[in-house]
Formats: sequence, structure tokens, C-alpha cells
Amino acid sequence: MKRSTTSSGLTISLGIAAAVALAATVTLGLTLPRTVEQAEYSRLIAIHPGIAWTAYTAAVVTALASLLWLLPRTRRPSWDLLAGASAELAALFTALMLVTGSIWGRPTWGVWWVWDARLTLSALMLALLLGYLAIRRVPAEPEVRAKRSAMTALLAVLVVPVNHFAVTWWRTLHQDRSLDLTPEDSLDGAFLGAMALGFLAMTLVYAWLCVHRFRVARLEEAREEAFLADAIEERRREAEAFST
Amino acid sequence: MWRDALLVAAKDLRIERRSRVALQQVVPFAVLVIVLFAFALDPDRGVLTRAAAGLFWVAVLFSALLAVQRSQAVESAEGVRDAVRLSGLDPAGIFLGKAIAVAAQLVVLEVVLGVGVVLLYDVEVAGIGTLAATMVAATAGLAAAGSLYAALAAGLRVRETLLPLLLLPVVAPVLIAATRASESALSGTSFEVSPGDWLGLLGVFAVVYVAFGLIAYGPLLED
Repeated sequence: MKRSTTSSGLTISLGIAAAVALAATVTLGLTLPRTVEQAEYSRLIAIHPGIAWTAYTAAVVTALASLLWLLPRTRRPSWDLLAGASAELAALFTALMLVTGSIWGRPTWGVWWVWDARLTLSALMLALLLGYLAIRRVPAEPEVRAKRSAMTALLAVLVVPVNHFAVTWWRTLHQDRSLDLTPEDSLDGAFLGAMALGFLAMTLVYAWLCVHRFRVARLEEAREEAFLADAIEERRREAEAFST
Repeated sequence: MWRDALLVAAKDLRIERRSRVALQQVVPFAVLVIVLFAFALDPDRGVLTRAAAGLFWVAVLFSALLAVQRSQAVESAEGVRDAVRLSGLDPAGIFLGKAIAVAAQLVVLEVVLGVGVVLLYDVEVAGIGTLAATMVAATAGLAAAGSLYAALAAGLRVRETLLPLLLLPVVAPVLIAATRASESALSGTSFEVSPGDWLGLLGVFAVVYVAFGLIAYGPLLED
């Protein structure tokens, strides 16, 4: 009997942990003191760095899973499904990272967007992820789709170092970085705590959603197979009824 | 491998010579793009001259998309893909041949477009050597990455819309590096990052994608 739910002891505990951590992050984040330079906006430190970290982690998981699928010794259909599940979350968290970053940038820098190396790289990463997800959506045999997707992921990873140098040099060329995104003065304890909690909460949310998404993908595949088997069985019965 | 590559490249270029799609459609398209840039940006205020290098490479990028689409369309028509697969040619050779054919077409296109930019945008060329080296390195990278992605998207019903989405973010560093290297070749001034560094980056990009293509083209053809 195939399981037809994506919930299990693991996901329930992950979900509860994620909800608790998220609630704690929100509470701590909203009660952070106002800062002199940024007033209320410094509270975004509770969620933005955590989201960014999760976006990169999810992208790395996709790349690793794709690599494991491509290597013949470790090839399993699950790696492909994991890569797909993680890529969707990577795209989601990258988009969230850009949105929360923009919301933070507008009051502190005065603009929604600056052509900073890190921002540009994140935008390119989102474009690469959307391309990867687009090629995953093309209907094909699971094996063919897995190969195509894994190659796309690996090709995208290859470009990351080149991209890094191109974008960093490009931004040193026109002007000095208009803002230094790395905070120089050490963070206050409460802010550091909120940020660390944000990392934990976002990672838990990612893990929880990723397990669910992975299981949904597996059920989808099982359903497709069952559908085909049923259709064949039905035709066979029709033929038998016709011959007797 | 090299023999197979030359065979495939010769086949593709022969098809191009007879059908003249690249010459009569892609090149005029590229020239049209730089004319459109002049409409969009005020030619009187010197914007065009200053942005010439970037506009040139954007036009090349768009034309390269057409060229690689065309290069794969030639393969998928009338089961050529299967025929090439059955011919026993080395897949690495096929990849190299297709990339060489695309690169040859792009070089012709870049020369025509370069003359057009010099004439229409009032640009003076200070370092022709740097410019030539940039063209060679950027073209190699574009042709290799383009051929790979075109093969990846070949045979899919959504390939026309999928290919730009896949290819453009990947070749973004080529656009940045080629534009900066040509800028210094056009103005003769050197920036903080020398054209040599940008050329190195273009070279690394080309080597990475050629190497990946040589390995991965075989499994890609099996789809």
C-alpha cells in the first residue's frame, strides 16, 4: 500500500520547530530597540540574512543533488526529485531575499536597487534558477527530464565563478562600491541573537517545505505510473470482452 | 575528433552558403538592432558613442541567439539529428563542428556590425589588436555555450522561448567582459581592470564551456 500523504513524524516535528522558531524570530525581531542610524528598519536583520543564507543553501543542495544524479555510482531517481524540490525553494527564497533587501535598501540607501556585486549576482542566480525550473517543467520521461535538469544545473554552477569575477571587477570599474554591505561595527548582542534565530527559523522552514515538496514529487510520479498501468489494464479488459 | 568536427562544420557552413539565412536574415537583423538603438538613444548627445561597445555586444548576443537556434533547427529538420547520431561521428566532434560553424558565422557578423558601429556611432578604434582578441575569445565562449544550450533545448516544443531564458543569464559575464575590454580598445584609455584581465576571463569562460561540451554532448544527443 503506497502512502498517499506527505506528512510523517519527521515533517510534523520539523513543522512545529519551524513555527516556534519563526514565532520567536518575529517576536524578538519586533521588540528589537530602534537604532540611531536606521530607526525601525534595522529590525529586518532578523529575517533578511536568514533568508539569504537559506537561498544559497537551497541552491547548493540542488547543485549537489544534480551532481549525485549525474555520477553513475550514486544515480537514484530521488536525487533528481530532491534537486527539483530544493530548486523551487531556492527560487522562492532568492526572490524573498531580493524583495526584503529592496525594502531594506530603500530607507537606508535611498534607492530600491544598487548595482552592487552581491545584488547583481543574486539577481543572476534567480534568472538561472527560473531557467532551471522552466526546463524541469517540460514534459518528458523521468529519466530524460532528470538528465536534462541535472546538466542544466551543472552548467549553471560552472558559470558562478566567472560571474563572480565579472561582476566584482565590473563594479570596481565605475566607482567605489557606493555602500559597504558588510557591517563594520560589531553588532549589538540582541541584534546578533535575532539574526541567529532568523537563520535557524528560515533553515527549518526550508527543511520542512523541502521534505514535503520532495514527497509530493514522488507521489506525482507514482500517480503517473499508476495511471499508465490502469489505462493499459483497461484496454486489455476491453480487448478480452471483445474477443469472448 | 577533429576530422569529424571539420566535417560537421563544413556541412553546416555549406548549408548556410546555400540557404543564406545567416547572411540575409541574421546580419540584417543585427544591423537593424544598432539602428534601433540610435532611434532609442539620442545620437546628438554622444550617448551612442559612449555606449557603443555595450550596444555592439548586446546586438551580437541577440544575433547569436538566432544563430544557435538556426544551427539546431538544421539538425532537427527531417530527422537529421538521428542520421547524425547513426553516422558514427564522435559526439565531441559534432559539438566542436557545430560550435565552429556558429563561431564562423558570428565572426562575419561581428565584422559587419563593427564597421556599422564605427560608421553610424562615430567611434574611433584605438586598439585594433585588443578588439580582435576580444572578438575571438568572446565568440568562442558564445558559440560553445550557445551550441550546448541549443542542444539541451533541441526537440522541445518550447525551445524558442526556453533558449533565451537559459542562455542569457549564463552569457551575462561574456557581455560584461567583452564590453569592458572593447571599451578600453575603443577609447584607448585603460581602466582599473586591464583589458588583459577581461580577456583572461573570456578565455576561461570559453575553455570551461568547450570542455563541458566535449564531455556532455554525447549524453545530450541520446535524448
